[in-house]
Amino acid sequence: MTADPTTADHAAGSPPALPGLDPAWSRTVAVADAAGTKHTWHVLDNGVTDPVGTLLCVHGNPTWSYLWRRLLAAAPPGWRVVAPDQLGMGWSDRLAAPRPLRQRVADLGDLTAALGVTGPVVTVGHDWGGVISLGWALEHRADLRGVVLCNTAVAMPEGDWGPVLIRAADAPGVRAAVTVGTPVFVRATTALSRPALPAEVRRAFAAPYRSRARRRSVGDFVADIPFSPGHPSRAAQEAIAGGIRDLDVPALLLWGPRDPVFGERYLTDLRGRLPQARLHRYEGASHLLPEDAPQYAGAVAQWVTDLGTDRAVPDRPAGPADGAARRLWSALEERAGDDAAAVVEVGGATVTWSALAARVRHLAAGLATAGIRPGQRVALLVEPSADLTAAVYAVWRAGGVVVVADKGLGFAGMRRALRSAAVDAVIGSGKGLAAARLMGLPGIRVAAGPRALGAAHTLDDLEFLGRSAPVPPEVPVDDDCAVLFTSGATGPAKGVVYTHRQAAAQIDLVRSAYDLTPGDRLVAAFAPFAILGPALGIGSAVPDVDVTAPGSLTAAALADAAAAVEATVVFASPAALRRVAATAQELSAAQRQALERVRLLMSAGAPVPASLLRSLRTVLPAADAHTPYGMTEVLPVADVSLAGIEAAGDGEGVCVGAPLPGVSVRVSPLSPDGRADGPLTELPGTLGEVCVRAAHVKDRYDALWALERATSRDAGWHRTGDVGHLDAEGRLWIEGRLQHVVTTATGPVTPVGIEQRVERLEGVSAAAAVGVGPAGAQVVAVVVVPSGSRRRGRGRSRPRLAGADLADAVRSVAGVDVAAVLTVPALPVDIRHQSKVDRGEVARRVARVLAGARAPRRS
Amino acid sequence: MRVGHLRVLVTGASGMLGRATATALLGRGDEVTVLQRRPSGLPCREVLGDVADRAAVDRAVRGQDAVLHLAAKVDVTGPWAEYRTANVEGTRTVVEACLAAGVGRLVYVSSPSVAHAGTALTGVGAGPADPGGARGRYSRSKAIAEGDALAADGPSLAVLAVRPHLVWGPGDTQLVARVIERARSGRLPVIGSGAALIDTTYVDNAAAALVAAVDACGPVHGEALVVSNGEPRPVAEVIARLCRAAGVPAPRRRVPFRAAWTAGAAVEGVWAVTGRREVPPITRFLAEQLATAHWFDQRRTREALGWRPHVSLEEGFARLAGSYAATAPAGG
Repeated sequence: MTADPTTADHAAGSPPALPGLDPAWSRTVAVADAAGTKHTWHVLDNGVTDPVGTLLCVHGNPTWSYLWRRLLAAAPPGWRVVAPDQLGMGWSDRLAAPRPLRQRVADLGDLTAALGVTGPVVTVGHDWGGVISLGWALEHRADLRGVVLCNTAVAMPEGDWGPVLIRAADAPGVRAAVTVGTPVFVRATTALSRPALPAEVRRAFAAPYRSRARRRSVGDFVADIPFSPGHPSRAAQEAIAGGIRDLDVPALLLWGPRDPVFGERYLTDLRGRLPQARLHRYEGASHLLPEDAPQYAGAVAQWVTDLGTDRAVPDRPAGPADGAARRLWSALEERAGDDAAAVVEVGGATVTWSALAARVRHLAAGLATAGIRPGQRVALLVEPSADLTAAVYAVWRAGGVVVVADKGLGFAGMRRALRSAAVDAVIGSGKGLAAARLMGLPGIRVAAGPRALGAAHTLDDLEFLGRSAPVPPEVPVDDDCAVLFTSGATGPAKGVVYTHRQAAAQIDLVRSAYDLTPGDRLVAAFAPFAILGPALGIGSAVPDVDVTAPGSLTAAALADAAAAVEATVVFASPAALRRVAATAQELSAAQRQALERVRLLMSAGAPVPASLLRSLRTVLPAADAHTPYGMTEVLPVADVSLAGIEAAGDGEGVCVGAPLPGVSVRVSPLSPDGRADGPLTELPGTLGEVCVRAAHVKDRYDALWALERATSRDAGWHRTGDVGHLDAEGRLWIEGRLQHVVTTATGPVTPVGIEQRVERLEGVSAAAAVGVGPAGAQVVAVVVVPSGSRRRGRGRSRPRLAGADLADAVRSVAGVDVAAVLTVPALPVDIRHQSKVDRGEVARRVARVLAGARAPRRS
Repeated sequence: MRVGHLRVLVTGASGMLGRATATALLGRGDEVTVLQRRPSGLPCREVLGDVADRAAVDRAVRGQDAVLHLAAKVDVTGPWAEYRTANVEGTRTVVEACLAAGVGRLVYVSSPSVAHAGTALTGVGAGPADPGGARGRYSRSKAIAEGDALAADGPSLAVLAVRPHLVWGPGDTQLVARVIERARSGRLPVIGSGAALIDTTYVDNAAAALVAAVDACGPVHGEALVVSNGEPRPVAEVIARLCRAAGVPAPRRRVPFRAAWTAGAAVEGVWAVTGRREVPPITRFLAEQLATAHWFDQRRTREALGWRPHVSLEEGFARLAGSYAATAPAGG
């Protein structure tokens, strides 16, 4: 046992045994600087010889190379990973004097020369290590293959005073006390982590900084940040900040949005300097991104691996031929002379096709006049209405990208979603603009309705301005047109980007699949569909309810909306339809008559039970009931009618019908531990992750590079995260979500089939099948909501063991070995649809109950 | 691979599992010798004696192809010296005798409790035996013995440890009989929520696993394998089904886990001070066994032994009910 290395105050050394750190990675190397002074560096180096490439990882202040341990562990085959402790930091030599930025960049170059690092090199930087790594990059252009940056800054964005927390630490009289005199700065940095770091990891970060003398450079580093123009390091910093604008190598930005040091404006600044950069935002992660999002290491490994290959260009069905592609506003222009109703607000305005076409043209011109440029992103915080419809088509016509996050996400969810989308402008109602302010969204404000505080324009102003301005040219069909968000039922909502071509392909498919003609009229009680009427070329009405609150739509409200447009088509979520069915007896004769005209009922957003569709026959006697299957990323994929569901009968999962024309569906079979890693197949009866190929699949996830890479790893196919199988007739059956597959010792088990069989038992109103135990050795537990319990709700109660009779009944129908049957008064469900059971939450509760008591320690 | 019949010594053949295993070996034509203190009544060569008696063990071990060592003191009371003699020294004697006689394979029958330190075990593998952490004298002595046995694994003697978990079946005087007896007299409460998942093993499956272990020992050696039915159930449900099979009412009275554990500690103290030998109403070990999950990942076991349980829990409970019905007093 050698002496504790922390007691030697100035000499370089090696770290003690620390969690996640392989001692074999540690080495020390003495390097002379330009002045001839020798310094000993501590370096983590996986020691790969003749590497295909080198990842040069540069930590910031006050961390050390420990930050990169997971990247060393996850290094792709053939890649060398080199992570030095900067001089004065970690386990490298302590310095007698401050080391300015220019010198630190030169030091790094001296070190890589001594280590024999040659190209190709990908630099990886965090915090102030970002600037230093980019300085190295600019001085080694010939060797440089790419740059990776995590929560860093190269410049103070205009008008910025520097990161508030760091400035505070640099304040006169504060810096020395906080950074050197006490370990406050060192401990505070690791306290920023979200989720909180384990205590042993925090201790590991603090280990090299236990004494005043060992912390000296921590303070010097803060002092070297060029907050003011006259600062000695300002020129070096500005040279780097400007220089990277010319870097033409691939770049990857990995970002923790909860960073109180480097906020959104630093990310925006970096994206402006490195427009080629791919971005992944790890929602929930903070400043210490490599700690808060440990999966970053896999993403970097994947990204550098991809650098060496030409990832096949996705070969996706082209959809409409280039020249002939219809635009989202084509129908609007074709009906520009039509005085029939295009959009009807029940109890409000009726807008004719001719008025809507004119308003969209004028608004588009007005938006351009107000400074909305093609490609800019416009958040729409407007309740479904004629204004919303006009604003959406006007933004599209002006070349903007609509960003739509619905209220179902909740305020915090919407805020996260809209901030991640980096919007350039907001169009909002009074409430919407107030929310935008609370969310801290940047950009121009346009008020829908009366002028609101802080809004530069109103829609009416812009429409007026636009009358005398030219309509902007149409943007290319492969430009982005929309950012939508997934439901966020299991984790933060994900942004999904569509191009005009993809959205137009979706419109074409919906029109042809449901034989929609200009003679049809739509009632859309489902938020995303409320704005599609004009693109489909059919008149539409929005019922007088909050369309983002399914369950508030009564049969009477639906009938009134149907009467207002003489509707032939109704689109509503299953939650809305449940309420419609429950309030059917309140309908007047006139209202019943209005609903008798409806020929087509569509319901989507969550599983639609056949019993619900059957119960609606009394309300919509002439309607053919259909349920499209799809998701935010591609909708629709398949479709099945009530008759089709009945013909398919019972099976493993929910039959969602055959893929629609032009849509291909295959499955990626599951491994025993539940990963979908098998090659795509159409073989009937094979269980796997459902993969879809179609012209209307989303273009990409927004600011989620790693997710996009993982879900499009089969070029041209989108992995849906659903699991299921195709049957011999080509119909698709959905058996659950990939993350809810139970991996038993005898193979993967899916929940939906079990739940359906259990729910058919008398005395059972709902069921959830979940796995407990480690992956690959799990057992199945079934949680039952007995009839007569409160149907929906927070579902917070602790599951209890079911009685013997119920347990026997469940086991007799489950079809798999069921370890335990439990009961709860209600299951936890998602906020947006109030119908997707949160099986992950159920599984956590069940695991706690089935683990039994915690035994006390024996004395 | 098995060529022709084997000569196998089974120690501890008077217990339920030893008897069932010896019977299974005989049933497939193996030449079986049994070693225990009292006559077993099994139709095979028998050596009467104690496993700590080297001479008796030498006599029984001589000329065998394999030894299946089940003999052990299984109890919840009694002085440590008795456990040490029977379980630790007995196993050392068997190991030494095997080495001296040139027997090629030894299957040591152990218990999952050798690796159970009282915390929940959910879907874990066998884990190393831990005499320091094991709860109670039985578990500790078995943990030491398993370590000794596996340490003897080498080129001349292949050693495999097999840990059947909570073996039960008709004729069981340990688990089933005690549960039923207590339930009948109303002295068996449900401890805690009763929801902790536990693995159990129907006796015929455990016997088949031991037979498979005799065959696999050699290519598979130097490791411990947990054996169970692979159908974990909430502990209250297991007890209720045992009671139902025996025709006695399932326990309804609930005792919080903490109370039971504290009572167990008190009872252990009283028993230790007074030297009482009868089965105590509760111990900390029992409270933990009845209130914390312990079920196991069977993949390695099934792969190593090429064995699967052939009697489901459902079938096992039916057979147990059948045996109780056959022995019930007329009109009862």
